[in-house]
Amino acid sequence: MARSSARILIIGAGPAGLRAAEMLAEAGCSPTLIDEAPRIGGQIYRQPPRVPGFTRTAAELYGAAAERARDLFVTFDRIRNRIDYRPSSLVYDLIDNRVIVASEGKSEEVPFDALILATGAMDRIVPAPGWTLPGVYTVGAAQIALKHQGATIGKRVAFVGIGPLMFLAAHQYAKAGVAPVAVVVPSRFRSFAAAGLRLLQMPREFSLGLHWLLDLKRRGVPILFGHRLAQVLGEETVTGITVRRRGAERAIVCDAVAIGYGLQSETQLADLTGIRFAFDPARRQWLPESDPLGRATGRKDVYLAGDGAGMLGADAAEARGRLAAHALMTDLDISHVTYRPKADLETIARATQLQASLRAAFDLPADFFAAVSDETILCRCEQVPAGELRAIAGLMGAREMNRAKSYSRIGMGRCQGRMCGHAAAEILADKLGVSLDSVGRLRGQPPIKPVSVGTVAERKA
Amino acid sequence: MSEARLQRVKDQDRRLIEIIVDGWAMSAMEGDTVLVAILAQRQLLRDAPGEPVGAGFCLMGACQDCWVWQEDGRRIRACSTYAEPGMRIRTTWPDHLLAS
Repeated sequence: MARSSARILIIGAGPAGLRAAEMLAEAGCSPTLIDEAPRIGGQIYRQPPRVPGFTRTAAELYGAAAERARDLFVTFDRIRNRIDYRPSSLVYDLIDNRVIVASEGKSEEVPFDALILATGAMDRIVPAPGWTLPGVYTVGAAQIALKHQGATIGKRVAFVGIGPLMFLAAHQYAKAGVAPVAVVVPSRFRSFAAAGLRLLQMPREFSLGLHWLLDLKRRGVPILFGHRLAQVLGEETVTGITVRRRGAERAIVCDAVAIGYGLQSETQLADLTGIRFAFDPARRQWLPESDPLGRATGRKDVYLAGDGAGMLGADAAEARGRLAAHALMTDLDISHVTYRPKADLETIARATQLQASLRAAFDLPADFFAAVSDETILCRCEQVPAGELRAIAGLMGAREMNRAKSYSRIGMGRCQGRMCGHAAAEILADKLGVSLDSVGRLRGQPPIKPVSVGTVAERKA
Repeated sequence: MSEARLQRVKDQDRRLIEIIVDGWAMSAMEGDTVLVAILAQRQLLRDAPGEPVGAGFCLMGACQDCWVWQEDGRRIRACSTYAEPGMRIRTTWPDHLLAS
């Protein structure tokens, strides 16, 4: 049965969502593509506004990934008139087989027969004293400011954390004339170098990483492996940081800090669909579960693609977008061009191997979360210190994140635990002396992002 | 504390526009987000009673740390709202919301 009239909905216009849309459009479907941003690309290929004066080329904006970015943009232009693209639209709820979308101050229900979630990822945060001071941003934010707006988050910026994105962002700042005052990496250089050497099998990624590292070195940027962020200094704004290595502290003057400990998947919408989640011990996150092609476990009409279903990076996201679209069309008997998943599955296997190497390269000290002091604000929305979570840990059944949330208010604020949820789970598990999976995860609650009462009330006819 | 937080380093040859922040005219560049427009000249986005002071955090619409207000009381996310000529922004609660 041909069912190209099926209402297919894709959420997220990053590499995964765009490749899914392309494949569906080429098969004669007209999927709806909803994205929160005003322009396509996701965070990785975020574009500057369409305004005269933004003149940087793809090469300047996306570096080594320029070709991939350009190809995605060209693809989108080609299919633009064949899909129902809705930019600047926030999906804030999902009930049965419809999503609720806020756009221009109004809400609208969009029903679907099949749904592809391509919701992406964001920085994983570990709190340190002073991290809520104005002037502290995520690594992703530091990069977005530059990519999207041509601005840096400060004049003297310290980068703190782990992962290739942080080194890329530091490198981009240096190239833009704002050389970081320091790059602070809690991982030991020994494990970084050992795992890095294993990356020799992936010459492209290896040479790229090496290039960022050597370029930072050449510009005199101190790269402090084995150092932890002890404190962000300042009264009303960031004036510096102190870093610690084996008990010895040193201060570094800066006016902005970018922190990010790798990336975590954005899973709130997946949660609202009711599909099954499984704990991923490697990524240390509960993730929506799917088969290798992206068919979600527990619902026949939901498919997962891209970093929202576990961080694998942009190239794998494109592959996963195609795979999900292919699985969807196979399931709905929609005839489409011959597509052999082999190459895309290989891309994913390769990305999986790369991520494993990167995790080994950027291992965190075993006591990393235990070392977060009781006074450190953990939940920035509700200003709850880590000690409050520790104090209620285990009391009256608070051996689980949602119970702990209702006792401590951690994760109850306007960000819905996106900033603190991961660290809170680690700290709770550490305090209870149990494994991370056993404390569970914060349940996604509608609205998954704040919308005004007026927006909820204003329903489009 | 009037020093700029953000540094413009690229794509600075844009048309200038004017927005009104807390009743004062402020020049911005076409294509600026409200966050960048304000923080390219000031240290803080928000300094409102009962709210943590803020200058934004994630810049991708997730953390909700960049809320400011329009003068009619509508709350906006400064990181994902573009500055428009004549836009009237408040970095603290609008008066009619403070009155009670």
